[in-house]
Amino acid sequence: MLDFSRNYFDLFGLPARYRIEGAALDAAYRKLQSEVHPDRFARGTDADRRMALQSSARVNEAYRALKDPVQRAQYLLSINGIDAVGETDTHLPLDFLERQLERREEAGEALAAGDERTLSSLRESVQGDAREIEDQLARELDAGANFASAKPHVRELTFLTKLAGDIGEMIASLDE
Amino acid sequence: MALFQISEPGEAPAPHAWKRAVGIDLGTTNSLVATVRHGLAVVLPDEEGRPLVPSIVRYAEDGVSTGYAAMAKQAVDPQNTIVSVKRLMGRGLSDLDDDRRFPYRFVDAPGMVRIATRKGVKSPVEISADLLRALRERAEAALGGPIDGAVVTVPAYFDEAQRQATKDAGKLAGLPVMRLLNEPTAAAIAYGLDNAAEGVYAVYDLGGGTFDISILRLSKGVFEVLATNGDSALGGDDFDHRVFCWVIEAAKLPPLSPADARLLLVKSREAKENLSDHDDAPILATLSDGFTVNVVLTRATFTSITANLISKTMQPVKRALRDAQLAPSDIKGVVLVGGATRMPQVRRAVAELFGQPPLTNLNPDEVVALGAAVQANKLAGNRERNDDWLLLDVIPLSLGLETMGGLTEKIIPRNSTIPVARAQEFTTYKDGQTAMAIHVMQGERERVADCRSLGRFELHGIPPMVAGAARIRVTFEVDADGLLEVSAREQTTGVAANITVKPSYGLSDSEIAQMLKDSFAHAAEDVQARALAEVQVEADQIVDATRAALAVDGELVDDGERAAIDAALAHLARMRAGSDHLALRAAVEAVNRATEGFAERRMDRGVSRALTGKRIDTLAD
Repeated sequence: MLDFSRNYFDLFGLPARYRIEGAALDAAYRKLQSEVHPDRFARGTDADRRMALQSSARVNEAYRALKDPVQRAQYLLSINGIDAVGETDTHLPLDFLERQLERREEAGEALAAGDERTLSSLRESVQGDAREIEDQLARELDAGANFASAKPHVRELTFLTKLAGDIGEMIASLDE
Repeated sequence: MALFQISEPGEAPAPHAWKRAVGIDLGTTNSLVATVRHGLAVVLPDEEGRPLVPSIVRYAEDGVSTGYAAMAKQAVDPQNTIVSVKRLMGRGLSDLDDDRRFPYRFVDAPGMVRIATRKGVKSPVEISADLLRALRERAEAALGGPIDGAVVTVPAYFDEAQRQATKDAGKLAGLPVMRLLNEPTAAAIAYGLDNAAEGVYAVYDLGGGTFDISILRLSKGVFEVLATNGDSALGGDDFDHRVFCWVIEAAKLPPLSPADARLLLVKSREAKENLSDHDDAPILATLSDGFTVNVVLTRATFTSITANLISKTMQPVKRALRDAQLAPSDIKGVVLVGGATRMPQVRRAVAELFGQPPLTNLNPDEVVALGAAVQANKLAGNRERNDDWLLLDVIPLSLGLETMGGLTEKIIPRNSTIPVARAQEFTTYKDGQTAMAIHVMQGERERVADCRSLGRFELHGIPPMVAGAARIRVTFEVDADGLLEVSAREQTTGVAANITVKPSYGLSDSEIAQMLKDSFAHAAEDVQARALAEVQVEADQIVDATRAALAVDGELVDDGERAAIDAALAHLARMRAGSDHLALRAAVEAVNRATEGFAERRMDRGVSRALTGKRIDTLAD
C-alpha cells in the first residue's frame, strides 16, 4: 500500500533536489504506477479499488509535480516550509515586471498583425530567460540549500512560464 | 457464500478459475464483441460467420430486433428502426446540430433526448442497452455461460455525460462492465502488443459518428496517452449525408418522406463505400411515388463535397500534437482506426500531415474490439504470456467550476493522466453566508455559457463567518473510467458539510433498477434464463473458491468432511450441466453446508494471519 505521508521525492526514491534525472523519474513513476493502478484491482473488493484509485491518483499528482520545472521548484520550497506562490506576497522586481509587460504588449501587437514569426521568437526569448533561472535555482537549491533566497526566482520562473504558455496559445490561435 | 479465500492482491485466486471476459466496441454504425482464446484476441461472429453487428435496433409489433434483422427493415420502418443511436448518447435535443437529419419522433427530455417508438418512448441508453444485450447473448452462447467481466469502448473525446450514458447502458443490459476504455487506446493496445511497437504513435480514429486522435508513447510495456482530441459528432455518417444532399440536388428532388430519405441515405452510403475501390459509383433508387433516381457520383466530386469534413479532423490532430508538445515528424507511425479511414482522401490527408503513409496492416473495423478484449482478459485476472503491460490514459476535456461573473475555473486540465484527484479552496463573498452553490463544468472555454454543465449542487451548513473567512475545499476525482465525482467540505471550523454528487444528467440508479425490472418482466423465459445464469455464476464461484481453499488449507478438514465436500461438489457439477436453476441452487447450498465448518476454521486462521501482518482477501461475495 502507498504511504501517503511520504513526500513526492521519497515516493519515487529520488533525492530531494531541483536537478533530477528525467529518465529515473519516468522509470520510478512507471514502476510505482504498475503496482498501484486500478487495473490491477479491477476484481478486488470495494475497499481495494478505492485504495487503488487514491494511490494511483496520488502517484500521478506526484509525477506531475516533479516533472515540471516550475512545480518542482514550488514543491521543493513547500516541503522546506516556504510558500512561493502564496496570495499574500506576490512581489516581483520592478524591472523584471516592466520587461515582461513590454513583451506581452509586443506579443499582443504581433497577434493582431498575424505575425507568427515575431511571436515565435518572443516565446523563444522568454523560454531562454526561464532556462537561465532554472540554472540559477539549481545552484541555489542543490548546492547552497538556500531556500529563502530562491523564493523570488521561483516566482519569476512561474511568471515566465505562464507568459511563454500564453504566447504559445496565441501562436496556436493563428494556426486555426 | 460462506467461504473465505486467502490470496495475494492482484493475483488470480486459483489457476483454473478462468473468467469469461469480453471486449465490446459499441460503434455508431457497427458493433463487435471479442474475447481472448488461447492467448489470442478473436472477434466472436454470428452463426453465419459475420463479425459485425449493425448498430441498429428495431421496435416492431412482435418484439425488438437488432443487427442485420433490424437493418433489413430500416427503409420500410424508419421511425421505429433506430440507427446511429451513439450520436444521441448523453445529448439533449438542443445539442443536436440538425435533428431534422434523423427521421425519428424526438421527445425533449431533461438531460437526454428520447425517441417515441411504437414500443413506447425510448432513451438512447435503453436503445444502446438493447444492442449490448444482443452482444452479451452472442458472447454467452460462444463462451458457454454468463460473462464475468466486460470492457466497453467509448470515443476518447466522449464527455462525462456520454461516458456515463454508456456505462448505464451496460448496466441496463446486464453486463458486468469492468472498465470504459477509450477507442484509440484500445487500438493502440492491439497494435502495440502485436507489433512490439516502441516509440510515439498517433491513432487516427474516424468512426461512423465520432472522430478521435490520440498520441501515445509506447515504451517497455507502458501505453502512455500523451494527448487526445477529437470531435464527438463527426464521422462516416456525415460523409453519407453529404452524398445524400448532393443526390437531392443532382436529381432535383422535392422534400422526401422518412422512408424515401432513409432509402437514399442507404444508397449514399453504398456509393461512398464503392468509391474506396472505384472511380465512380452509380446511385439508383426507386422512390415511393415511382420516381427513379439515377445519378453517378465520381470520386473527384465526392472528394470535393467532403473536403471540409476532412479538414475538420485536421484541427484536432494539430491541437493534440501541440498539447503533447510534439511535431508531426516526432510521430513514428500513424494507426488508422474506423471504417471511414478506408476513404482514399482520408488516407491522403493523414499521410500529408504526418509526412508518412499511415499503417494499414490491421483491420480498422476490428482493432478496437480486439484491444478491448485484451484489456478485459487482463482485468478479469486471466493470466497470459506478455500481459505485464500498463495503460495510462487521460481525460479529454478540462473540468472546472463556475466562479463569479460567469467564468470557469479549471480544476483538472485536459490531458491529465487518470485516475486523478485535485482539490481547490474557495471562500464566501458575503458576511454570514451559510450556503454555497457549486456548478460543475466541462470544456475548454473561459465562459460558463460555452462549456457543458455537468451538474449543480449546494453545500449547506457553513457556519456564519465574515466574508472570505470560510475555507471550502472542493475536490474533483476522476476514476479510471474517466468518470467524475465532486465533493465539498468546509475546512476552518471542523464542521464537516460533505456532499458527493454524480452529475445531473442521464439516469438515476433507481431509474435503471426500474428499467431492469421492466425489461425482465417482458418475457417469463427471460426471467428463467437470468435466474439460471445468476446461479451458474454463483456455482462456478463456489467451486473455484472451495478448490482454492482446499489447496491452501486442506489440512483443516478430516477425511470424512473431505468426502462430504467432494460429494457435494460432484453433485453440483452434475446440476451445473443441466438447466434447472432451482436444482442448481439447492446444490450450491449443499456445498455451502458441507463447507461451513471448514470455512469457520479458515476464518479463524485468517484472522490470526491478519494479526501477524498477512493480508486477507475475502472472496465472500
